[in-house]
Amino acid sequence: MTIARGIIHWFRQTLGLIARNKVGFLGFVGLLFFIVLAFVMPLFVPLDKTSRVDKIYSPPSAEHILGTDFQGRDIFSLVVHGGRDVIVIAFLTGAISTLIAVVLGSTSALLGGAVDSAIMAAADFWLAIPTFPLLAVLATQIKLNDVWLLSLILALLSWATLTRAIRSQVLSLRQRDYVEAARSLGMSNGHIIFKEIMPNMMSYIAISLVFAMTAAVYAQGGLVFLGLLSFSDNNSWAVTIQLAWTRGAIFFKDSFLNIMAPVIAIALFQLSLVLFTRSLEEVFNPRLRTGV
Amino acid sequence: MAVQTAPIAVSLPEEVRPNLWQRLTRNYVFRRVIKALATIFVVVTVTFFLIRLMPSNPVEIFIQEQISLYGMSYQEARDQASALFAIDLDAPLGQQYLEYLGNLLQGDLGQSYRSKGTQVVDIIRQFLPWTLFSVGTSLLISFVLGIGLGMLMAYRRETPIDYALSTFASLVSSVPNYLIAIILLVVLGPQLKIINIASMRGSISPGVQPGFTLHFFLDVLYHAAMPIFVYVLTTIGGWMLAMKSSTIATLEEDYVTVARARGLKDGRIMTSYVGRNASLPLFTQLAISIGFVFGGSVLIEGIFVYQGIGQQLIKAINQRDYPVMQGIFLIITVSVIVANLVADLLYSRLDPRIRLGQGETK
Repeated sequence: MTIARGIIHWFRQTLGLIARNKVGFLGFVGLLFFIVLAFVMPLFVPLDKTSRVDKIYSPPSAEHILGTDFQGRDIFSLVVHGGRDVIVIAFLTGAISTLIAVVLGSTSALLGGAVDSAIMAAADFWLAIPTFPLLAVLATQIKLNDVWLLSLILALLSWATLTRAIRSQVLSLRQRDYVEAARSLGMSNGHIIFKEIMPNMMSYIAISLVFAMTAAVYAQGGLVFLGLLSFSDNNSWAVTIQLAWTRGAIFFKDSFLNIMAPVIAIALFQLSLVLFTRSLEEVFNPRLRTGV
Repeated sequence: MAVQTAPIAVSLPEEVRPNLWQRLTRNYVFRRVIKALATIFVVVTVTFFLIRLMPSNPVEIFIQEQISLYGMSYQEARDQASALFAIDLDAPLGQQYLEYLGNLLQGDLGQSYRSKGTQVVDIIRQFLPWTLFSVGTSLLISFVLGIGLGMLMAYRRETPIDYALSTFASLVSSVPNYLIAIILLVVLGPQLKIINIASMRGSISPGVQPGFTLHFFLDVLYHAAMPIFVYVLTTIGGWMLAMKSSTIATLEEDYVTVARARGLKDGRIMTSYVGRNASLPLFTQLAISIGFVFGGSVLIEGIFVYQGIGQQLIKAINQRDYPVMQGIFLIITVSVIVANLVADLLYSRLDPRIRLGQGETK
């Protein structure tokens, strides 16, 4: 009972904190919408695989609310089924790269000295390389046809920016009074990192994760668009865009929705992520939370 | 509070003058140039070993392809590969590496193996200038305009102008640039028929002679207009938001208050006191932006069929033309490293603390 009540209390409080920032709340609602669209809606809307030659680029109607594509397939069903891969890859990439960044960044900041110099030199070097061309070239060498492999590679490409950011954050937090106090009380390094520094960095880490997610959406969409990424059953928004693009959908007035529906889906998903970061600051601020 | 350094009237105590080597290693510009060269060296080295040592590396793929497609003997195919990659495959790996470096220094990047006889260097010479032009112009416009609008937002905080510009900035900076390119292309082109996408393709109209003529200049701008517009649109939001928060922080500095108290004109305070100091932190972000825009050119040039180096990279990737891919990747990376170097040197001119080694974070 008390556990259930605790969970309910936590949810209420978190929702309240999210709603403190209007713009952030808008982002939160947007994300919820996309999660329902990508993970729940496919249970009700089957993926349309039948091509209908008589219904190519038909305008929106009661039967096809977003019209049909270059093969006469229902665009709405493509949009519903196109979110899963995008969101899963984005989240995995964000999580992996944030993990790498937290480990390397805090190691760098806390150990200092040669380790710090080495990690920072590596990060500097990595930042000088334009990642998207590198990714495109890599894709010709490594078959990126697995969600995990792709996420791992995307994460490895974006570690440097995040590591630098986490390092500077740890460096500044390390000098706060409460950390000094814990240190003078003889608390262990583990205690200082996990109990004193990390809780005060959670909002920062969460925001980094979201930005890493947006970078992942950018990169995977770009790869698909260049035709360098093909999953066997990938129907992601980017695939719909790429198909519409190569079939010349941009040149016809009636094919507007074929290319625009997935474009707008990705754009709105990115926007929701970015707007949501405004709320994350409040959600993870320990000062705004009360115990049960 | 900045501590005022009193003019030194007394002569300094006799100090051993640092020799040339010490002066060089302490010199910011020298250290920064060495760092850029080292980065280029590492990239070149890693690229070489990726090409030679990766399982199913391009050289091996090429040899197998020649054998199966043209029925060449292994040795013949190997000789072909040696010529195209400008690597002597019979030599030991260490020697191959040194020769590769030597060739690079002489500008020999090998030959395309899809269009026989085309030097990679010639492809770069032909297409790189267009990308440098469009990307460089965009970065400049975006940076300057973003700083201006960011200051405007900070000075007009909490007014409708600020809200409108903030919304615009978050919107354009969160949507991927290639999607903005597609939206603009579709909406302005076939849907509204404001622009003629077919005639805007390429980097120059057929028949227009390069030269210092107005006609040539306008034609170049006409073809580069859409890519530049997209680069500016997708990077300006970041500059605006960064400049806004930086300006707000600077406005509270004591030297601004003092300048006001001294009765300086608002315009002068805004440009020489607030603007100059507030824009400094933005220079450190230029590096990331340069790499991002350059990298994004691969997609944007593809969408607008702008004939720059990015589009050539896609072409090489699609044809699996490895020597060209490798050469273009190297030249894009080198361009980004050099651009970062220029940005950093510019920054050190504007902020003496960096040059004197006091701004270094330790």
